[in-house]
Amino acid sequence: MSIRVERAFGEAVEGEAVVSEEGFSPRYDLDRWSGVITKPGHKLEGISLKDKVCFFPTAKGGIAAGWAFYDIKWKKIAPKAFIFGVTNPVMVQGAIFAGITITEGWTPHPRGEVATGDWVRVDPAARFVQVLRRNP
Amino acid sequence: MRLSPEERAILAGDRGEAARRALEYQVKVGEFWGAERFVPVTNVHMMGDIEVMGDGGLQWLKDYAGLGARCAVGTTTNARCFDFAHCRELGQDEGEAAKEHELIGCLRRMDVVTTDTCINYQTVYQPHLGEHVAWGDTGTVIYANSVFGARSNFESGPAALAAGITGRTPEYGFHLDAHRKGSFTVDLQARLDDLADWGMVGKLVGEPHQSYFSVPVFHSARRTPCADELKHLGAALASYGSMGMFHYVGVTPEAPSLEAALGGREPAERMVITDADLERAYAGYDLGGRDARLVVFSGPQQSLFEMKQLAGLFDGRQVKVGSRCFVTTNGAVLAQARALGYAGTLEAAGVTILQGVCFYILQNLTLMRIRNGWQNLVSNSAKIVNIIGAHRFNSILRRTQDCVDIACTGILK
Repeated sequence: MSIRVERAFGEAVEGEAVVSEEGFSPRYDLDRWSGVITKPGHKLEGISLKDKVCFFPTAKGGIAAGWAFYDIKWKKIAPKAFIFGVTNPVMVQGAIFAGITITEGWTPHPRGEVATGDWVRVDPAARFVQVLRRNP
Repeated sequence: MRLSPEERAILAGDRGEAARRALEYQVKVGEFWGAERFVPVTNVHMMGDIEVMGDGGLQWLKDYAGLGARCAVGTTTNARCFDFAHCRELGQDEGEAAKEHELIGCLRRMDVVTTDTCINYQTVYQPHLGEHVAWGDTGTVIYANSVFGARSNFESGPAALAAGITGRTPEYGFHLDAHRKGSFTVDLQARLDDLADWGMVGKLVGEPHQSYFSVPVFHSARRTPCADELKHLGAALASYGSMGMFHYVGVTPEAPSLEAALGGREPAERMVITDADLERAYAGYDLGGRDARLVVFSGPQQSLFEMKQLAGLFDGRQVKVGSRCFVTTNGAVLAQARALGYAGTLEAAGVTILQGVCFYILQNLTLMRIRNGWQNLVSNSAKIVNIIGAHRFNSILRRTQDCVDIACTGILK
């Protein structure tokens, strides 16, 4: 099973998927010292994004992602990739600056196609995300 | 992307390694968004503080400054996380403050003008219709696009700095006509007598339309809004909706009529905002244990007229013993507010004025909350009420007079 993405940057990576029904902001949702989502009530509260391939429907928040992504990459707690349904320029600028793989736009919607815990491969050059192993 | 001869020369290193790296990065961003070319920018506004950059960002900046990086166009800084005069009193980390000093030194060596303000559009630089700029802080971008008719995307710190160094930015998003047309309409039937009301409109419109390219068109308002009202409206739209632009028929330059603002398209939705909608939203805040010991006027920083209004409301009153009230503004406004007596009146009332910062990005804010036992944060800024949650405050929007009363009585209703 694979998902086509519209726009993409970065190296091809593999990792464990984290699929969110809620959008993401690195400044307002993420503890930038642990890599864990800490915002009370966020649908991923308590989950670490370190080394994960993160599926988010939307980007939240403002300008801070640019430096924040570099900061978490430097601390070695960054995700391997961000897979956004819809994103904004700041997420893209930040991911490219930090060297984190990022994509936008998906067909089909990952709901029902990818589940948290699945092992996936992201290939920006080929514009697809592929499920390699299902979470048992 | 199609590159000009000058841009190819920059990539070849003719303007030095710092400019080469900046343009190389900008090309990658532009290619992601399908930009066909660069556009020159006349002004840049960037975020750069130790709280968001961390040690890695500071090291990167030191290395980059060491390459001889210099800004090619006027470049200013957004609000930061320290007012050094209040660092100790607020219990902020002195080691981090030293890093912030170092960071500011790096920026100045690169010819960045460290204005430390999120209201550059009110106090530093006002771009004209069609002018391309590269601004960071979402509130500054939505104001530039909407009220001035200038053109900017949300530019993160590294992207804005790159634009400052190269003097250009990739042409995508709000630099293009195609993205600047209204997508839905908002009939403003509410009275909107207070700044908080304008922020509340931003919340009510932004929350259900979270999209960078969603452009609301406001119309039918009862009167012409002032700059501070548009500031709170825009900041809230950008915060709750991640929006980069709005139109306001008869007010903003690309909206002489509803039809022009929509570019001849049918709106995807027609919203109506009434007084009842606002009152319902005010009544909907969870008051927690009614803790009323923290009142904040910040996010965005206060303009001179907001300082004047607050001075009038606090004149002859006192912040309740055991409560704290913070006002943040920039150095230029504070200097005038001191000369005019507004700052003195506020300080005599027990208000703490912080310069060059925004409350929600203060270094050590979470620890500050814990040390003071604060549970609620009350503000007339819808933006700060939205974004302070990450520090685990319960936040409540109230009108300006109500905020002053809460600060002075300790009673939250």
